[in-house]
Parts: sequence; structure tokens; C-alpha cells
Amino acid sequence: MTGAAILEARDVRKLYGEFVALDGVSLAVGAGEFVSIIGPNGAGKSTLINVLTGVLRPTAGTVRFKERDVAGIGPVALTRLGLARSFQLVQIFPDLTVLETLLAPVISRLGRGTSLFRSLAGDRETQDGALEVAELFGLADKRHLPARQLPQGDKKLLDVASAFALRPEIILLDEPTSGVSTAEKSAIMEILVTASRRMGLKAIIQVEHDMDIVFGYSDRIVALHQGKVLADATPAEIRADARVVDTVIGRRTGAPC
Amino acid sequence: MKGRVALGLAILALLALPLVLSPYRLLLMLPFMAYGVILLGLNLLFGHTGLVSFGHALFVGIGAYTGAFLTVRAGIRSLEVIVLVAAVLGALAAALVGLLCVRYVKIYFGMLTLAFGMVFYTFLLKFYRLTGGDEGMQVLRPLLLGFNLDAMPKTSYLVGPYYYYCLGVLVVAAAVMWRIVHSPFGLCLRTIRDNPVKAEALGVSVTRYRWYAFVISAVFAAVGGALLGPPTGNVDPTLAYWTHSGSLVFMVLLGGFASFFGPVLGAFVFIFLQDAVMSVVPYWRLVFGAILAVIVIFAPGGLMGFFAGPRPS
Repeated sequence: MTGAAILEARDVRKLYGEFVALDGVSLAVGAGEFVSIIGPNGAGKSTLINVLTGVLRPTAGTVRFKERDVAGIGPVALTRLGLARSFQLVQIFPDLTVLETLLAPVISRLGRGTSLFRSLAGDRETQDGALEVAELFGLADKRHLPARQLPQGDKKLLDVASAFALRPEIILLDEPTSGVSTAEKSAIMEILVTASRRMGLKAIIQVEHDMDIVFGYSDRIVALHQGKVLADATPAEIRADARVVDTVIGRRTGAPC
Repeated sequence: MKGRVALGLAILALLALPLVLSPYRLLLMLPFMAYGVILLGLNLLFGHTGLVSFGHALFVGIGAYTGAFLTVRAGIRSLEVIVLVAAVLGALAAALVGLLCVRYVKIYFGMLTLAFGMVFYTFLLKFYRLTGGDEGMQVLRPLLLGFNLDAMPKTSYLVGPYYYYCLGVLVVAAAVMWRIVHSPFGLCLRTIRDNPVKAEALGVSVTRYRWYAFVISAVFAAVGGALLGPPTGNVDPTLAYWTHSGSLVFMVLLGGFASFFGPVLGAFVFIFLQDAVMSVVPYWRLVFGAILAVIVIFAPGGLMGFFAGPRPS
């Protein structure tokens, strides 16, 4: 990483009772980076994400976002500071339309959630913000459909798009292409890379099992194994690292379910 | 557009009813309108936020007893003042109760609200000197917009000026609630109903918004409660009893929580059906129990579900 880190975890440990999920993990992400976190199941990826997104408080160590201590402050506060996330298992609002799903983060970003008597339909700034994201993600035509009626790939896209609609500085994508067909995977990646450029995101962090996607898009790869950072290097260096290839990549972990 | 026409016709019909309906039926319209206000509020919690309160009779009771205390003890008979004080007291009580309740969901939220309702019920029942115990308290005829209408016969007062007053409150309450559910705030509540984890990830503070919704719904319940007292001239602790909370939930289900006016329709059908059934058999709860079972199993969208289809939001 070059330049100052925007998001930085230092010597993070997380224990669940006796079990050590994270054992001294350090990670820094700076402007302009696309960082992938890889590792076999049980390596601590989910715990790391939950620590980075303020959901879990680390047992020891620090997490700093824009030089502020954000350990355990919770998703709402972190969202406000400029860090958004999407989920491994698609999280949508089944009965809300695509547009409504994208309006919610815009409302949140503009701090209008407590506007009790403002007409949502007549709020141009909010509507335009949501529509812009719908168009970037190719969901504009489906904006009046309830989310539950979308095909799986679009649900995944909507989950990611709603996080983008917060216009965060950093976005953390938990397996952005899991659960969708191989054909859709690269389409989703192209859409979200384009969107992040257009919306001026500073960095993307993703957890991903699909090595084609990891190597195709990352500037840097962090390999986790048994709660520790096994390697933190460029894709080329990772490919040449026999330990990582043996323990993480070679095993062909995490077949899509 | 069709909805607007229907709404316009409904308001015209409500305005014209005193000209055509018998006094007996007009008297039944009064609790309907009061419940309409209460249920508009309850549905903000139920239909929009996804929380089922089994203790809302607490706030109805607060509103009703506010009328009794102000007219009898404080000599304040202005209904505007009564409604306003009821709203404030309802909000204060809900702010406190809500702090403890909104951290819980589903059955735990329901049970906790029920518990607080029972605490208040017991208070009304046992603090005899203050509340009149199981006999309750008298409510004196309130002044409407400052006019003292004591000279009118009671029925004429109720089916005339009081009827229109209640209608006015219902229309204003509906307009305010319409704004709320169509505001950014309303959408935030629905994100919480559908998926609280995702809502938080999008920056919507789940417990805080649940608390707001709880307080707002309590204000509506207290205002409606304040309107319930004058027609009977008396309030008693059963207003705050948990079966009354249950009836409120029943009315919402009956009319349909997915539709804005569903709960109001539910209140209407409940009141008139109860009257009709009671005139035939005394066991109206038996009949209503069967109706509730049929609704839950066959028509989860309630009566409005037949018109509108399932879950428009």
C-alpha cells in the first residue's frame, strides 16, 4: 500500500470463548486500492469483515477508519463516516421496490430519515440520487418491481447497489458474486468496478472465493489462514507464493453453493 | 385516482350520515371514528415497522383518563386541550415504555408491551381514590372549539356537533399519517420491517426508528382514546385491559394492515359487526374468534386484501 491508510486494522485479535478466530491480523487499505481477502473456510474472513464494519468489537487491537477509532461502533455510525458493505447472503427488502431500496440509503446519506412530513415522491434530490444508482447498475427498468421478484443475479446487484447509494469512501463486499452463475459473475464485477469509478469511491475491499475474479480485479490480495495473515501482496507475488497456493488457492475452497 | 374518488366519496358519505342514519347507528359511528384514529397509529407500528404491540390499550387508557381528569378534577372542558394533553401524555409514556420495548422484537416486544399495559391497568384498578377503581371515572361533556353545548340534549350533542368533531379529528389524523407513511421516515420504517440487518447497514438506526414509531403510534392511540370517553360519559380500566389491546390488533388484521385505510375499515366493520352479533347472541367473542381464525388462515390481507391484492406498499 502506498500513501496513508484510510482503513487500518492493527494486531486485531478476536476470540469466541477459547476459539481464536483472528490472531493478530493487521491490514491497511489506502486510496485507489482494490483489495481482496481470500482464505479457506474458517480462516477468519467473516469475523474480519464484521470487525472492519464495526459489528464486532475486537478482543484486542485497533481498527481505524479515517484516523478514527471505529472498533465496535456499529454499522450505522460507520455508514455515516463513509464505509458501506454488502452481504454474502443476499440482503434485500423483499416487499420494497428496487427504487425504494435505493432511496433508503440516499435518505440516510442526506440525513433526511427523520423528515416526517416531507413528501418522498416530491423530493427530487433523493429520487435523482436513487435513480442514478439504479441506472449505473442497470436496474432502472426494474425500479418499480418488488425486490423479491428479481432474479437472483439482480438481487445480488441490488444489495451491492444499495450500499453504493450511500456514496461511501470505502465499500466492503462480502462475496459479491457468490450464489450467481459464472456467466453473471464477470458482468456483476464490471458493473461495480465501473460504478465505483463513476461514484468516486476511494477503495474496494472484497472477500471472494472465485480466484478468477480475485486475480482479475485486485491490486492486492490478503490471504488469511487460521486467523492469521499468511500473505499480503500483489496478485503476481501471491501466485508465486507456494505457501498461499498450497493452503488457499490450490485447495479450490468454497465451491459456490 | 380510483383511490382518491373512493376516499372523496367516503368522506362525503361520512359528512352526510347524520342526515340519514338513525341516532342509534350514529352513536356507533363515534367509537368507530375514535378507533380509526387509534388504529392509524397502531398500524404505523404494525404494518409499517413490523412490530405487534399487545399493550396499546395502555395509551388509549391514558387518553381516555386524560379527558376524565381534566373535565372532572381540573375543570378543563375544552376538547382541544384534552386532545392535546392526551397526545403529550401518550408521547411521554410511550417514550419511557418504548425505551425498554424497542430493543426487542416479535413475541418479546409483544409480551413486554402487554406487561406495561397490565401495570397501567392494575394502577387504574387499585388506586381507587385517584382513578375510581373498577367503576372508573366520569367524563363531563367537553366544549367543542370553545362552545359550551350543555343545553343540548345528550343524543343531539353526540350525533351532531360531537360527531362532526370526531370526523374532523379522524380526517386530520389520516392526513397526518398519510404524510408520515409517504415521507422518507416512513420508508425507513419499512426497511426495518423487511430486513433490520440490511437497514442498519444502510445507516438506518433500527432501535431509534422503532422508538420514534412507537411514540407516534402512542400519540394517535391517546388522541383516539380521548374521543372514546365523552359518548359514554364514563371511562373505566377495561379500556386499558389487555383484551382491549387484542381487539385493536384484531381490527387491524380484519381491515388489512397492508393498506393505509385497512385498519380504519377494520374499526368500522368491527364496531358494526359486534353490534349486529350481540343483538343476536351474547357470545360475540365466540363469533369473532372464528372470524379471526378465518382471516389469519384464508385472508391474511384482511378485507382490503380483497380489493387491493396482497401487500402494496
